[in-house]
Amino acid sequence: MTFLWAFLVGGLLCLLAQLVMDFTRMTPGQVLVLFVVVGALAGGVGLYGKLVQFAGAGASVPLPGFGYTMVEGIGQAVRHKGALGLLTGGLTAASGGIKSAVLFGLLASLIFKPKA
Amino acid sequence: MSVKQCGAATYAVSGVYIQSTASVVGPKEGHGPFRGQFDRVWEDEGSHAASFEKAEQQLLAEAYAIALQKGGLRWEDIQLVIGGDLLDQVITTNFVARSHGRPLAGIFAACATFTEGLGLGALLVGGADVGTVMVSAVSHHATAERQFRFPLELGYQRTPTSAWTATAAGAVVLSQAAAPLAVESVTFGRVVDLGGKDPNDMGSAMAPAAYDTIMQHLKDMGQELRDFDAIYTGDLGHFGLTMLKAYGERQGTPFGAELHDCGRELYDRDRQDTHNGGSGPGCSASVFSGPLTRKLMAGEWHRLLLVATGALYSPTTYQQGETIPCIAHAIQISRGRAHA
Amino acid sequence: MQGEKTPYWLMTQKMMPQRPIVKNALWAFFVGGAISTVGQGVLWFFMRHGMTAKEASSPTAVVMIGLGALFTGLGWYDRLVKRAGMGASLPITGFANAMVAPAMEYKAEGLVMGIGARLFTIAGPVLVYGMAAAFVVGAARYLITGVA
Repeated sequence: MTFLWAFLVGGLLCLLAQLVMDFTRMTPGQVLVLFVVVGALAGGVGLYGKLVQFAGAGASVPLPGFGYTMVEGIGQAVRHKGALGLLTGGLTAASGGIKSAVLFGLLASLIFKPKA
Repeated sequence: MSVKQCGAATYAVSGVYIQSTASVVGPKEGHGPFRGQFDRVWEDEGSHAASFEKAEQQLLAEAYAIALQKGGLRWEDIQLVIGGDLLDQVITTNFVARSHGRPLAGIFAACATFTEGLGLGALLVGGADVGTVMVSAVSHHATAERQFRFPLELGYQRTPTSAWTATAAGAVVLSQAAAPLAVESVTFGRVVDLGGKDPNDMGSAMAPAAYDTIMQHLKDMGQELRDFDAIYTGDLGHFGLTMLKAYGERQGTPFGAELHDCGRELYDRDRQDTHNGGSGPGCSASVFSGPLTRKLMAGEWHRLLLVATGALYSPTTYQQGETIPCIAHAIQISRGRAHA
Repeated sequence: MQGEKTPYWLMTQKMMPQRPIVKNALWAFFVGGAISTVGQGVLWFFMRHGMTAKEASSPTAVVMIGLGALFTGLGWYDRLVKRAGMGASLPITGFANAMVAPAMEYKAEGLVMGIGARLFTIAGPVLVYGMAAAFVVGAARYLITGVA
């Protein structure tokens, strides 16, 4: 069942982003930034967490999930370390994704050559 | 041979001939509607080269070599090279000049570079007694994409009005030695900016510049549209040409069947997924040096007006929200009756 | 002659060919959904090996990013995005595409200013504003509730 919800929620988030891009004529980069910020806001008010519980990867794989992950990380770090967690929590939670993106990115760009 | 100014922006030249033309294009261009009408078609975009910038240089070098060979000339016979490309600091044309060693005037007018070069060359050959001039323009899809838009492997959706920079080079040798094709007159355009600011829609931004130059040319020469068998704009593409016709209609000059566009005809939009059509300095240069020259030589046309169009923006200016200034230069070429 | 809302500019906007909005939206939905489902499969795999859903989300992101980088390197990902638009750009695989593509492209400019700097051409802004937004949201919650 979660698989179906993952498909539907992931698909709908992407559809929404596509509509935003086509109607506002934003560039893809601007849309990505917007959705990360929206993910963080929705995470802050507790909405995105519910979506993740219910749709799994359908909510965590699209980019708003990245904003949500950082907000969650901040929450957890603040509970353990107090106000300092505001600075350390976000990146701690997202570190797996960021570090692997850098490493895989470096590796892929060393191995492959752009095609025309 | 002579040069005479006619009106505000046009020069009538006599005794200036096209000695030879050369066109070298990439696979997409070579397998489009103009298949078989270019001198050389590359099998790929130049992946053998260390970088696509080097591939673009090779494209131009090959066009030079073919133009010389077809004209029975050597580099020593060329008094001056006039040429340009799209890349910052005109690097393609400048770097290729390291190997030919001839005097070089590097120019830039974005995609209008080719007719600017032909115009300047015709003035020098006709009016300053410069014997033989090589004129060139070149562009490469991969190098232009990354300078003006996005990296190749970055996925993004093209909008219906976005242009496809052609991988193509064209070279023309102008000289005083009589030949079938003659340059008759040249009109230098002025910059026109009607407020277009979308780099994914350069066709509609450039259309008013093309209109301005065509009208200036007709006025200065006392001509009408029907004096031409064909008028070819450079790279307005599908939407740009539609806008040029609509704009002409509104300004009181409805164009007819004589109006065409190099970029629109370079690709098959449905089969080749090129959206608005071809662009880049190499677009009009290769289409003129290949297909259009053939039509003139075959006697299908007697007189052609080539109006290459350029969008004079840079990535910096559009990121700062500036509108796109545009320009068009026109050159009138005919097949001399004596040689018909 | 200059200025934005010239009559010609207005005419241009009226006559401009429309983007295929419905087609784009459908492609985005199905491809975005499919990538998310693959992600769910990876998540499920890690959960079967004894992780909680929360623990599994980080390794899932790592695997998806690896796949995105690989398909970008092979030259397949840009073809997918051309059709699917945000359906392929919004998932985290698209984030990997946005890092690898410019880095590959500028390889000829060297390891430092070529690959090193260009990895963040598009990913940089996403990280910057993501971090900033997460900080603001976290700080606001902290101030209001005292626990974040």
